[in-house]
Formats: sequence, C-alpha cells, structure tokens
Amino acid sequence: MTDEVILQVRDLKTYFKVDEGIVKAVDGVSFDLHRGETLGIVGESGSGKSVTNLSIINMIPSPPGRIAGGQVLFHGKDLLTMPADEIRKIRGNKISMIFQDPMTSLNPFLRISTQMIETIQLHQGLDKQAAKEKAIEMLRLAGIPAPETRIDQYPHQFSGGMRQRVMIAMGLSCNPEILIADEPTSALDVTIQAQILELMKDLTHRLGTAVIMITHSLGVVAGMCDTICVMYAGRIVERGPTAEIFEDPKHPYTRGLIRSVPRLDQEHTERLYSIPGQPPNVIDLPDCCPFYPRCDKAMDICKKKYPAQAQFENGHSASCWLYAKEATNV
Amino acid sequence: MSETKNLLEVRGLKMHFPIKTGLFAGPKRYIYAVDGVDFEVKKGETVGLVGESGCGKSTTVRAVAQLYKPTAGEVMLNGKDLTKMPADELIKARKNMQMVFQDPYASLNPRMTAGDIIAEPIKIFQKRGLIDMSVEDRNDRVEQLMEKVGLSRFFKNRYPHEFSGGQRQRIGIARALALNPELILCDEPVSALDVSIQSQILNLFKDLQEEFGLTYLFIAHDLSVIKYISNRVAVMYLGLIVEIADSRELYSKPLHPYTQALLSAAPVPDPKVEAQRKRIILTGDVPSPDKQRQGCNFYDRCWKRMDVCKQCKPQLKEASPGHKVACFLYHNPD
Repeated sequence: MTDEVILQVRDLKTYFKVDEGIVKAVDGVSFDLHRGETLGIVGESGSGKSVTNLSIINMIPSPPGRIAGGQVLFHGKDLLTMPADEIRKIRGNKISMIFQDPMTSLNPFLRISTQMIETIQLHQGLDKQAAKEKAIEMLRLAGIPAPETRIDQYPHQFSGGMRQRVMIAMGLSCNPEILIADEPTSALDVTIQAQILELMKDLTHRLGTAVIMITHSLGVVAGMCDTICVMYAGRIVERGPTAEIFEDPKHPYTRGLIRSVPRLDQEHTERLYSIPGQPPNVIDLPDCCPFYPRCDKAMDICKKKYPAQAQFENGHSASCWLYAKEATNV
Repeated sequence: MSETKNLLEVRGLKMHFPIKTGLFAGPKRYIYAVDGVDFEVKKGETVGLVGESGCGKSTTVRAVAQLYKPTAGEVMLNGKDLTKMPADELIKARKNMQMVFQDPYASLNPRMTAGDIIAEPIKIFQKRGLIDMSVEDRNDRVEQLMEKVGLSRFFKNRYPHEFSGGQRQRIGIARALALNPELILCDEPVSALDVSIQSQILNLFKDLQEEFGLTYLFIAHDLSVIKYISNRVAVMYLGLIVEIADSRELYSKPLHPYTQALLSAAPVPDPKVEAQRKRIILTGDVPSPDKQRQGCNFYDRCWKRMDVCKQCKPQLKEASPGHKVACFLYHNPD
C-alpha cells in the first residue's frame, strides 16, 4: 500500500425510483483508495454496498436507477461523466470485478477459453494464440490444476470454488489497478473460502492490485483488509484502519455489530449482544441519523439532523452526534 | 446433563438416493447422502451439526423427521422407533418434533396470514381429532405464541411479504412451538439472516429453550454460531459423523484433522487474532458422495493421512470420555 490515491469517490449518490417513492440506496458516500490497498466495505443487506461499487464503474441499470450526484475520480478523471467508449476501455481492464455467484457471472454456453481470451484480446491487443497462453498462465496462477486442458472446458465442469478461481484469474488477467470483489466467498464453504481468500491475498499482493472487498462478514474483513468502511442505510457511518475499527469502534452501530457476532475463539458465558429492531427502509428517509431508533445512545438531536463526520487519529472517522466536538464542519 | 434420558437416539441411519438413469443404463447407482450415522440427543440439550454443503446435515435431520424414509437405521424418539411406525402413530409422534427451516421466504405460504400459519399445526391435529381446542382458545394460543417470539399480536392478519426476514423466521419459530413439542429440528435457521438479526434470533432460541425446556438439533455451517448455541457438537463429512464431543472440548481440543482444518479456516472477527493464526488450508473440493469408499472418506484431502486410512474405514470411537472421533490417529484398526 502506497500513499498514491488512485480512486477518489466524492459524495456519490445513487437513487432508484420505485412506486413508493425514491430509494436512496447510496446517499453521499466518499472514500479514497490507495495503490495496493485492500479496502473492506461491510454492512447488512440493503445498506448500499453493492450499489456503491456498481456506481463506481457506472453500471447502474437506468432506469430505474440514477446516479444523482457526486464524482468518481480514477487518476483524476471522472468515470461518471466519461463517454461510454472510454469507460469500456477501463472496465475489465484497469478496474475489474468479481461477483458473489460465479455460476451466473460465467456464460454457461461458452468455453472458459472463449470467455477469457475475449477480454485479453480486447484490452491488451494480443493475437489469439498469445492471449490463450496468457489465459493459461493466469489459470495456473489461480491454482487450477492442468490449465491447458481445463481451459477448453465449460463452466459446469468446474466446482463452485474452481469457478471462483476462474473468475479471479479472469479479473486479474489484464493486470487491473483495482479489483472490485462483491461478496466473493459468500456462496462458498468455509474450507473453500479459506482457499480463495488466501489466493486473492497472495495474487493481489504480488501484482500490486488494490482491492475493494464487499462483504457482510466481519471475520473476512478482519483477515483481509487494511481499511474498513462500515455502511448503514446508504452512508458510510465509520471508516478507519482495520485494527482501530475492531479495537476502538466509535459508532454505536459498528460497536453493536462487532459485539453481536458469536466468536470462535471465546467462551460464551453470557447472552450474545444484539442490536434491537430492524434495518430501516431507505425509501424517503428523513434527514436524521438512520440508526437512532436502534441506538442505545440516542439523543434528541439524532432525530433532527444527520451528524457531521468526526475525525480521529490515523484517518479514523465516524458520523455520530456523540463526537460532535470532534466534528469539523458542524 | 449426563444423567438425563435420551430424547432422541439415532442408530446406523442411512439415506441413499437413487440416481435416475435410463432403462438400459446398467446397474442402479446411488448418492450416499447419509451413510451410517449414530448419535443421541438428551432432553434439554442442544446438539449442533456442522459440516460443509453436501455433507449430509440436512438429510440427516430430514430423515430424523421422517420427511424421507431412511434406507436403514433406527430413529428412536422417546424410546419408540419412528421408522417402523404406522402412519397414524407417526403423526402423533410428530407432535413432539417440529422443524424450523432455513429460508424464511420459502417456508411460509405467501397466501396465508401470519395467524393462520401459526395456527395451522393445531388445525391439522384438530381435524384428526387429536387435539380438542375451541376457536377462541386457538386464537388466544396464536396471540400468546406471537408475543413469545417477539411479534406484536396485531400483526396476526398480515401476510408474510409484509414482514422482514428476521420477523418471518420468528413466525416459523412460533409455528414450530404451536404444538408444544419437546424436540425442535432447526435446519440452518439463521443462515439467511443479517448479522444484527442473527444474534436476535439466536438469543430467542436460547430464551425459549430456558422457558419451555426445549431440546434442539441445530444445523449450521457457521462454526461460531454452533459454538454459541450448542452443548454438544457433531462434525459431519461426506455422510458420516467424524467427531462428536462436548462443545467446549471440541473447540479447544479438536482431534480429527478435518475438524482442525475446519476450525482453522473459519475467519475470526479480530485482526490481531487473524494475523497470528495459522491456517490449515485443505486442498481440493468436497468430493461427491456418489460412491462408497473403502477407506476413510476424508483420505483424499487429509493432511495427516496414513497408509491404513486408504484400506480401512475408521469407526466412531471414544478417544476420551464423551469425545468420539473416527480417525486412526487415535485408535488402531480392528
């Protein structure tokens, strides 16, 4: 991880229009990604993790979706206002993505070779033979045994873990600067998950790729990520280095989330902590702290206004009225 | 808890599913989903079943509930064998044994209101004349159950789509409680839920157990969930139990190489712990249970395998009191 910022997300807003009103799936998200950094985005379903990342590469289905505001600066150029043919050169090349379910992201009718060679030929300008060699090399790196024969097989001939390895090989085949991984191991078993995470860590480290890792599992981010963003109801409520987030969580939601996971390495003598209530509906959310109905530290002001971001040491920040004194722009 | 009686005893349970083949396809082949499983559940305890997908956890539980007719073996509930029971007696026995399913979206009928869903088990038994209850009493019972599982009784006339995932799971739990069963079979009841909701439901399970003296057979693939909820834990691999022990014992002193690998692979939500942990990374995938193996089922992926493991199948035997393991590292082949 270096100090060079390669991706800046500034006040990103993505709204979806539905019959009941406007769903503010992402409502003012900002973060920086450094070269070689692994950034984790955690949150519960519906918190806007995936929509954030689809917005980054401008792949929000529109309609009903609409990027309502903000900037996504990749090396200083805004991806959101870029013409379509230019962004196509970046997607899959400089910024690539792997998804949760490898079966639905591979085309079942095409051989692995066809799908991999297509990307490499398009972005790297190699001829077919050279592209195939590159693809085989990537599959070998991703730990697929006998890649020379496996490459001519169809996706259904691979197991779930193997398919995810193919996706990783594909995602990294053009040497991207950023790899966006949307719940890459959620559909996999524990022992396979460990294999895939180890592979991702090893490969991205070797190739110097920055990773945005979306997950709901606190265990996965603890082992993988340098920095963590915690999302709730379309906003980042807390952000900071992994060690600090776990050691000294500032936001009551982060604190509750960490405490409510049963731990493998601890004895449970007492009841598990649980956050009361349900995650909010993000349709027509009023301009208050969306967490206040579930918060054990809620105050009057929480119902009236969304808290400003408070800064702590080491780039740790949280949006909560508890830290109004530390907030810079109240 | 060792003095209490066994509520459920499973002996040599096998569940083989035939693979559909053509008329001239040759000999019939089978999926050996569960291939000889023994365990018992004592009254008032929680036994956790863990394992990866395809290891036979759900099949075991469904065969216990007699949703599948087991290929072989005995399932003794309160000393009576369910597999050999005539249908009319089985229904009475099932009153004592209810299920909670994984997917709170698929396990509730979308055309029934929450109240009807919870009342349905009672209605079924009323129709057969096995329960005598007036309509008012039944309504009271439904309302009482809803409050017990943390749902307002005013939600009685709402349909499942009007509830969130966690609330639906509460409806499923209330339905399972409707007949006052002793044993509840839980098939991954918290896997589909978000972290903050998962802990609410886990606590609900614990509270209900305390209040009604319930016994759980609890499936999950998440090892930390099983650790929190269970008194005893059985680890399954490819249709067999490879290790069964007291929860505390199993997590502090896992014996079977598979259990050790499984525990080391599960992520811990603490970066300090994660940085120091040594992982045992298993190679390969879980093989398909479409053939019976001569040796140990785990042989192909085992990181401590010996020659004997290829020849003979290890039996589940006691390594220390209450701690059984099926591995030749701890006992010699017969």
